[in-house]
Amino acid sequence: MNTLEIRDLTVALTATPDQPIVKGLSLTIKTGEVHAIMGPNGTGKSTLSKAIAGHPAYTITGGDVLIDGASILEMEPDERARAGIFLAFQYPAEIPGVTIANFLRAAEQARMAEGENIDAPAFYKKLYAKMDALKIDRKFTSRAVNDGFSGGEKKRCEILQLAMLEPRFALMDETDSGLDIDALKIVAEGVNDLRGDKLGVMLITHYQRLLDYIVPDFVHVMYDGRIVKSGDKGLALELEAKGYDWVKNELATPVTA
Amino acid sequence: MKPPTDLEAAAAAVLRPVEDAPSVENPAEGIDQSAGDFSYNVKYDYDAGAGLTENTVRYISDVKKEDDWIREFRLKALKVFQDKPMPTHWATSDLNNIDFDKIRYYLASGQKPKRTWDEVPDDIKKTFERLGIPEQERKFLAGVEAQFDSEAAYSNVKEIVAKQGVIFMGSTEALREHPEIFRKWFGKVIPTSDNKFAALNSAVFSGGSFIYVPPGVKVDMPLQAYFRINAENFGQFERTLIIVDEGAEVTYMEGCTAPKFSTATLHSAVVELVAMKNAKIQYITVQNWAANVYNLVTKRGLAHEGAEIKWIDCNIGSRLTMKYPGVILKGEGARGEVVSIALANDGQHQDTGAKMIHAADNTTSTIVAKSISVGQGRSTYRGVVHIPKHLKGCKNNTECDALLINSNSRTDTYPAITVRGDDHAVQHEASVSKVSEEMIFYMQQRGLTEAQAMSLAVNGFVNDLVRQFPMEYSVELKRLIDLEMEGSVG
Repeated sequence: MNTLEIRDLTVALTATPDQPIVKGLSLTIKTGEVHAIMGPNGTGKSTLSKAIAGHPAYTITGGDVLIDGASILEMEPDERARAGIFLAFQYPAEIPGVTIANFLRAAEQARMAEGENIDAPAFYKKLYAKMDALKIDRKFTSRAVNDGFSGGEKKRCEILQLAMLEPRFALMDETDSGLDIDALKIVAEGVNDLRGDKLGVMLITHYQRLLDYIVPDFVHVMYDGRIVKSGDKGLALELEAKGYDWVKNELATPVTA
Repeated sequence: MKPPTDLEAAAAAVLRPVEDAPSVENPAEGIDQSAGDFSYNVKYDYDAGAGLTENTVRYISDVKKEDDWIREFRLKALKVFQDKPMPTHWATSDLNNIDFDKIRYYLASGQKPKRTWDEVPDDIKKTFERLGIPEQERKFLAGVEAQFDSEAAYSNVKEIVAKQGVIFMGSTEALREHPEIFRKWFGKVIPTSDNKFAALNSAVFSGGSFIYVPPGVKVDMPLQAYFRINAENFGQFERTLIIVDEGAEVTYMEGCTAPKFSTATLHSAVVELVAMKNAKIQYITVQNWAANVYNLVTKRGLAHEGAEIKWIDCNIGSRLTMKYPGVILKGEGARGEVVSIALANDGQHQDTGAKMIHAADNTTSTIVAKSISVGQGRSTYRGVVHIPKHLKGCKNNTECDALLINSNSRTDTYPAITVRGDDHAVQHEASVSKVSEEMIFYMQQRGLTEAQAMSLAVNGFVNDLVRQFPMEYSVELKRLIDLEMEGSVG
C-alpha cells in the first residue's frame, strides 16, 4: 500500500504568491481508495491537483505533499509523474504530429533506466490489451494526441494514458466536465476498470452525476480553499439535494455567530 | 580514376611540395566523442594549399588530369567569382566573414575509388561507421558513393543498377569516362555566373556524384552518398550532376555530418538535375554541419515535359546555410516540389527556401517549408515563385510554418511570388507558432523530461514532412533533432 499525504497545503498563483487559493488543506489518500472532492467553481479544486503535479503557474507557499512519507515538492513535474502521480487534465493540451502510440512509448521509455530500451512488441501488446479492455478502437492511437479531438475523445485519451502508465495516484481534474452522458459512462467505466488496490484516486467533480457511476469511498466538500466537510458517498447525495449554498450557509454560521 | 603520374605530381609539388603539407590540426582526435564531432589524422597526398589563385585552379586540373575544356571552364569561373560582389545587399553580412585566403581548396589522399568494402582503408571505414552507415544498409542500397574529403574513397555500384545501364560514379571519374554525356549538361542548369558561390564551385569543384539513368529505367532502390569535411579550413566543393532520361526514375540521397573545428569552414556545392520527358527525380538531403560551417549551396533541377522533380531538404547545424533548391518547369505539365526542414540553433542562421520558375503551360509547383528556431537561432524562409503572363494553367502552393522554441528565437519569411496572367492558381499560407508552456507541462506530467518534451514537440511539428523521408533517414533525423534540442531548455 502507498500513501499520498497532503499536509496543511497552501497554494497561490506564481504571479500572486500573497493571494492563496488553497488555504491549508489536508488529505490522505491510500492506494485502493477513491476520494471524491466536490465543491463550487472557484474554490481551488483544480489548483490543488495542478499544484500537486507541479504546474509552473502555481506555487506551494506552505505545507507539504508526501508519497509514503517523502516530500515530492522539490521534484520537477516529470519526476513527480515518474514517482506515481498522474493528472488527468480538465483541458488536455494538443500535441500536433505526435501520435498517441508514440507519445505513450516516449512516456514509457522515460520511465526506464538509462541505456535501457523499450521492448516494442511488448509495448504494443500491452497497449492493445488496454485498448481492448477500454473498448477503444485501435485506429485511435495513430491520431495525434488530442489534436482536433472532441471533448469525449480527449477524456478517452486521458483514460487510456492512465491505464498504460499505471500510476499509484490519479488526480482526475473535472474529468466529467463537458461530457455527454455516453462519454461520462466511458470515463466512469475506465476508472472503475482501473480501480484496485494499486491505485488511489482523487476524483474532482462539480457534479454529483459522475458519482452515480463511480462510487467513491470518501467524499470531501471543498470550499474557499479548504476541505470543510468529509463523509462517505451519502454526503454527495446530501450535497446534490441541498446544493452548495447549504455548505456556504453552514460555514457562514460560525463566522457571524 | 588514377593517381597522377610522377611527372604531374612533381609539377604539382612546385606549387606546394606534398611532404611539406601542413599536418592537419586535429582538436577532436579520437572516436569517443559524440557523432559528427571527431576527425582522423589523415595524410593528404595532394594539397592545393590555402588561398585561391589561377595556380590553385591549375593545380586541381593537373592533379585530376583534366581536358583543356574543363581547365578553361574552371579558369573562366574563377574570374567570374573574383568579379562578382558578395550578395550582401540582400543576404546576411556574415558572408563577409569568410576569409577566402585561409581556405584550402583541394585536398586528396590520391586513392582510387574502391569497388568493394574490403578494399577501403580501416581508418576511413571507422569514419563511415561513426557516420552511421550500417553495413547491412548496403544490402538494399543500390550503391554507395561516399566522399572522404575531395575524392571518392569508396564507390560501389551494385550489379543490378549497372545491368540496367545506370551510370553512378564520382563526377571526377565521370568527366573522364563519360565526357559526352557530362559535357552536354554540365553547367547548363546552373550557369557559372548564377551566383558568386556557384562560380567558386565551378572553379574548384572536386568530387560529387554523377548519375545517368537511361530511358524507361526505374531505379527502385535509392542511390546514396555520404559527404563529409575532414580538414580544418577545407572547403568542400562537390559537384553533382544527375540526368534521368525519358520516362526513367531515380531517388538520390545525401547526408552530411562534419567534425567540429574551431575556425570557419566553407562548403559550397552545386547540384544540377535534368529530368527528361516524363522522368522523375527525388533528391533527398539530410545535413548536420558543425556550427562553424558556411554551407552555401546551389541546387536546381530542369524538368521537361511531364517530368517531376522533388527536393527533400533538411538542414541542421552550420553557422550559415543559404540554400534554395529550385525547379525550372520547362516542359508542359512538369511538376516541381520542395519539402524543406530547417533547424537553427544558437548562433546559427538557416536561410533556406525554394525557387519555382514556371516556363510552360499547366506546370505545377509545391513548396512546404518548416523551420525551427532554438535559443538565439534564426531561420529565414526565402522563396521565389515566378509565373509569367504568356502561360496558362499554372499552379503553385506554398506553405511555410515556423516554430519558435525560446522567446529570443527569430524567424523571417520573404516569399516573392510573381504571377502574371489570369489563368493561374496560387496559394500561400504561413504560420508562426511557439511551443506552449501547457504543452510542455502536459508531456512532463506523463514523465518526459522538459528536454524530451521539447524534442517530441519539435518532432511532432515536422512529423508530416519527416514521414516523406526514407525510413533510415527519418530515424536519423529524429535523433539529430533530439541532439539539437538538448540544452535548449532550462
